[in-house]
Amino acid sequence: MARPLVMGAVAYAPKVVTIWEGFKEYFRRHDFEFDFILYSNYERQVEAQFDGSIDIAWNSPLAWLRADRMALARRQSVSAVAMRDTDCDLTSVLVVRRDCAIGDISGLKGKTIGFGAIDSPQANLIPRDHLRAQGLLAGRDYTARRFDLLGGKHGDHIGGERDAAQALMSGGIDATWMIDGNHIAFSREGVLPAGATRIVARTGAYDHCNFTTSPDAPDELVTRFVELLLGMSWDDPKVRPLLELEGLKAWRNGRTSGYELLERAVDDEEFYDSKGNILASDYRY
Amino acid sequence: MPAIIDIENLGLDAGAHLLIKHGLAGVPVGGEILVTGCAPGWEAQLSAWCRAQGHPLAFSDGKARITRSDIHAGRWRGATRTGHADAQQNGAVHEYPLPCYGLAARGSTVEAGAPEFAFRLSRKHEVWADNSAELYAQAVAAQWNPDQAIDWSAAFELPDEVEDAVAQVMTYMIENENAALIVPARFLGQIHPHFREVQAMLAIQVADEARHIDVFTRRLRLRGRVPALSTAGGQASLKTLLDEPDFSVAGFLLSVLGEGTFVSLLNFLHAHAPDPVTRQIARLATRDDARHVAFGMAHLLRRLEHEPEFRNRLAHAVEARNDALSATSGLNEEVFDALILLAAGEFTPVAIAAGYSRVQALITDMAEGRLARLLRLGFEGKTAQRLAALHTRNFM
Repeated sequence: MARPLVMGAVAYAPKVVTIWEGFKEYFRRHDFEFDFILYSNYERQVEAQFDGSIDIAWNSPLAWLRADRMALARRQSVSAVAMRDTDCDLTSVLVVRRDCAIGDISGLKGKTIGFGAIDSPQANLIPRDHLRAQGLLAGRDYTARRFDLLGGKHGDHIGGERDAAQALMSGGIDATWMIDGNHIAFSREGVLPAGATRIVARTGAYDHCNFTTSPDAPDELVTRFVELLLGMSWDDPKVRPLLELEGLKAWRNGRTSGYELLERAVDDEEFYDSKGNILASDYRY
Repeated sequence: MPAIIDIENLGLDAGAHLLIKHGLAGVPVGGEILVTGCAPGWEAQLSAWCRAQGHPLAFSDGKARITRSDIHAGRWRGATRTGHADAQQNGAVHEYPLPCYGLAARGSTVEAGAPEFAFRLSRKHEVWADNSAELYAQAVAAQWNPDQAIDWSAAFELPDEVEDAVAQVMTYMIENENAALIVPARFLGQIHPHFREVQAMLAIQVADEARHIDVFTRRLRLRGRVPALSTAGGQASLKTLLDEPDFSVAGFLLSVLGEGTFVSLLNFLHAHAPDPVTRQIARLATRDDARHVAFGMAHLLRRLEHEPEFRNRLAHAVEARNDALSATSGLNEEVFDALILLAAGEFTPVAIAAGYSRVQALITDMAEGRLARLLRLGFEGKTAQRLAALHTRNFM
């Protein structure tokens, strides 16, 4: 058997097994040996990228950033080689109850704002950075209430955002952050009754997950891997369920231009240092 | 200038996507529409929606410009059209509906990759009857409510012996109707839903039998009686019906021979039962059972037309059933006697003599009915006579 390309992925939900087993079958149908190792958190996965355990990792934006910093510190390099169409240009929105008095960001002073998990780029780090850039600091200008769920999953598990949305509707908090798409999704689920909320702020655009190569990843295998990914078609009934589970319509070549906001947030919120060491003292994973 | 869709103050968290979808449906793939709105944050919601749907989006001058992508159409490439809802249309009902049609409405379009369902009865010739829809419609129109259709308070008084006989006959009929309920019910869950008219016919047949069991039980208890005797031979006869795995053969044994014979019995009760309640029940149940016989006949006539050699299989089934029941005593003696008493109406020699001759006439009527149906199914005269005579002495 040819040497497989070994990928790391984080088991943030049971469906992860279904997804990657499906991908393994797809790659095998195309004579490409592929295997995967599941990690319980992104920190362990990124570290494994530097000990030879895995050739490539399906990384959250925060994990990408840490891998990039760790590589630079070691004079090595990692690359973002592919991402989903739905990973590009996301925004997070700050949502309030429709009938509240908060009209814009200035109305948040003295209020309690909900955030997702401590390591969630979309529901904690980038939103805090957004408020900081507008002159609002947690503890000084507003009270931050975190809805921490499954540390180390980098907010992939949207349970934190959902809990915060529920707290908003029950009056426990005054406003809360979520990915733009989750505002619609929570409405569809009935967590946020239709028209009962308003968007009062929106972050700049940022990118989400990517396939990050490990420093010693074999180029030929990575090239073939990306070719096969980009060849996955929504039109193919055998592939479509996998794409639906993973939440995309098409794979795209990776880009790193969409991580600037997160870079700034990670520094300002002192989450990682420039070498990728974890600074956040209350981070459990 | 692209069409402008104004979603006004409706957010995408409240259904605005429907207006946008409608707008996009009006332009070709690659075509554009403009969207404008005034709900707080509608741009963020629209960005999220377009990203998930795969439609490119750009903002300028307070308006969103959406380009219709064809990615969504991919779901329906290679989809399968599953016949036509109207069975009368040419090619509407497929001879071999695919397992992947699954539970989809006949005539709908099924996405490629849909799960495969293992319906055991998935060939048209195995189950179809051309008049299923018509018989189902008749059945729906003929449903009756026992509380309204039967005058349970009608005045009558029977001698104890005759009332006991009614209880025994009802006990026997309930037992038979249990078989008539369970046999179609078992097939019902095995039929490919593509054959929805057959599915519907079997479903209402099951409902009919449930009602019959209910009214027979109510009549039995009307004068304080409890269910009477059930013989091993009678149950052995009915068990052979439940053991038959083939839809057509089971329908032949149950509906054409069994229920056909039962219709004669119900007609007999309608004519000779000693009380008005039993007569009313018998009249209503006859109508239902006659419809079940008609469905069984229609199915078999169609199958035999395409597959004449299937007649041998039917003949063999009657012979095998007769062999299987050779060690049993046939009709419950108590039932036979009860029928005489019931038809007599009085416990006197004269009345009993009349009852006896009526039961004899019933037996003849049953045999003639069976023979007529076998001939109608194309069995040659002598074979039909032989098979009619081999039918279980338990009637059903």
